[in-house]
Amino acid sequence: MEYTFASMDTSAAEGARFQPASDQSLLITFGQEISLIAHQHVMKLLRLLQIEPIAGIRNLHPAYCSLLVKFDGIRMGHDEVEAILRQYLERLEEVKLQEPRQVEIPVCYGGEYGPDLADVCVLHGMSPGQAIELHSSATYLVYFLGFVPGFAYLGGLPKALVTQRLATPRRTVPAGSVGMAGNQTGVYPFATPGGWRLLGRTPMPMFQTDRDELSFLSIGDHVRFRPISAERFAELEKLWP
Amino acid sequence: MAVIRVQEPGLFTTVQDLGREGFGPLGVSASGATDAISLRLGNRLVGNAQGAAGLEMTLLGGTFLFRDGGLVALTGSDFGATLDGKPLELWTSFETRPGQTLRMGPTRSGARCYLCVRGGIEVRPFLGSASTHILSGLGGHEGRALQKGDVVSIGPPSGGGLEWTGKSACPAEGVRKQKLSARALQGLEARKVLRVTPGPQSDWFPEAAQRMFYESRYRVAEESNRMGIRLEGAAIPELSGGKMISEGVSLGAVQVPDGGQPIILFVEQQTTGGYPKIANVISADLHSVGQLRPRDEIRFERVAWETARSLLREQEELLASEELIIE
Repeated sequence: MEYTFASMDTSAAEGARFQPASDQSLLITFGQEISLIAHQHVMKLLRLLQIEPIAGIRNLHPAYCSLLVKFDGIRMGHDEVEAILRQYLERLEEVKLQEPRQVEIPVCYGGEYGPDLADVCVLHGMSPGQAIELHSSATYLVYFLGFVPGFAYLGGLPKALVTQRLATPRRTVPAGSVGMAGNQTGVYPFATPGGWRLLGRTPMPMFQTDRDELSFLSIGDHVRFRPISAERFAELEKLWP
Repeated sequence: MAVIRVQEPGLFTTVQDLGREGFGPLGVSASGATDAISLRLGNRLVGNAQGAAGLEMTLLGGTFLFRDGGLVALTGSDFGATLDGKPLELWTSFETRPGQTLRMGPTRSGARCYLCVRGGIEVRPFLGSASTHILSGLGGHEGRALQKGDVVSIGPPSGGGLEWTGKSACPAEGVRKQKLSARALQGLEARKVLRVTPGPQSDWFPEAAQRMFYESRYRVAEESNRMGIRLEGAAIPELSGGKMISEGVSLGAVQVPDGGQPIILFVEQQTTGGYPKIANVISADLHSVGQLRPRDEIRFERVAWETARSLLREQEELLASEELIIE
C-alpha cells in the first residue's frame, strides 16, 4: 500500500515546528537534536524551495535541524508563509537528493598550522600521530554552510577527539585553518575571529569567486581529510594561489 | 567614464547598495547599507534607482575630488560636508562641477553618512550586488574599505525608472535640486528606543531576565561594526535549561552570549549562530541601528507582531509617497 510508503514524510510535516524569528522571517525546526533524519528534511525542503521558489521569499538559512526562511513582510505574513511551507513539507517525499559527493581536503597537521594539536593531545592523552590518524580516518558529513561564506559544519568527529572550544576565541584565525569544537570540525575559509581548536591547515581555497561553484563544499557532501607534509603544503599553495 | 578620486577615505568608507539576498545556503549574508533608508533616499534625490550603489561613511567622512562633476546628495548623519569650502545641506541634491572637492569631517549626529551620485558608484558586482562584505573581502571596491588614492567610477545615468515610485515615471531628465520634505525627515528619524519582537528563544529567559532586558539602558560598545552591535549594560543571567543547536539567524536578532551582554546581529552578520536570541529588532527600526555610534545609549521596547508589520508598511508607504521629495 502507498499508505505506509508516505508515512515517513508525513512525520516530517507533523514534527516540524514553526516559529516567527523576526517580523520578516520564520524558523522551521525538525526535532531538538542533530540527526541524519532532520538533516535530510532540511536538505529536501531547501532543495524543493530552490527548484520551486516562492515569490516573496528572499533568503534561506539552513542549519543542523532547522531552516530559517526570510520573506518580504510587505507581501506576506507568518501565517501565509507557514501555510505554503506546510504544503511543501507534504511533498518532501518526491524530492530526490543526489548521491553525496565524496571530497578530500589535504591538511598539514600540527606545527604553526595547527597550534592547538599539542593541547588536544594532552587533553586526550594521545600522541599527535594518533590524533591525526583519528581526524583523517573519519568520513564527515557537511550538515550545512553557515557563519561566513563557505564555512562547512562537518559532523562525524570521532568521539575520542571531542573537545570543548577555546575559552577565549582568537581574534584572527588564518584562512584554511582546520579546527574542531565539541563534536564538530571544519575549515575556516577566511581569516576571521574563531574559538575552534586548530589542528592544521589546508592550502585549498574553500571559497573562490572565479569559479562556478563558489564554495568548495556543499550541503550533503562527504568529506575526508588527507594528511600532507609541510613541503607538499608549500607546493599546493603555489598551485592554488 | 566619470570618476571620483579619493583624497581622504575617512575612517571606514565602503561601497554599498541594498545587499545580496538569497545566498544564505552558501553562508553568505546580505551585507548592504546599514541605514538602507538613507541610501534609498539619497538615490532618489539624484534620480537613481533606489538600490543603486553609494558610499557609506562611518563616523568620520572622507574628501572626494569630482574629476568630472556630477549630481550628488548626502543623506544620513551630518558629517559637516563642504563643497570647495562652502557648507552643504543634507538631504538635498546639488550639482558638482568638474574638479570640485567634497570634504567631510567627524559626525555631528549619528554613525553613518551616504554619498549618492547620479549614475551610482560602479563596481563589478558579486552575486548581483555592489555591496562590500568586509569580513570575506568580497564585493564593493576590491572587497575592502576605500583608501587614499583610490579612484571609483560613476555609472551611466540609468534613468532609475525601475524602482521609482514618485510622481514622475522617469525622473532622469531635469533632476537638479531636490530636497526631502520635513514630514519625511521626521517620519524616518533614527530612534534610540529600538522596538523589538520576541526572538526564537525568548521563552528560555525567565521573567526576571526579560524584565532586566527591557528595563535597562544599554551602551553601544566600541567594537561594534557592520557584523554586530555589541552592547554593554545589565548582564542577562545565564540560562539553566535548553540546549542550543546552531540555527539560522535573522537580521536584527538580539543574541545573548555567555556573559550576558547582548549583541544585535547586523548586515554583515554570520548566517547561523549558536547563542539564544531574546528579541529581534523590527524591520522598521533597522535603519536606526545603522546610525548607532559607540557610547550611544539605547533601550528596547517590545511590540506586537501586528505593530511591527504595520510600522513596516507605514514606512514603505512614506518612502513611496508623492510628498516625499520637494523640488
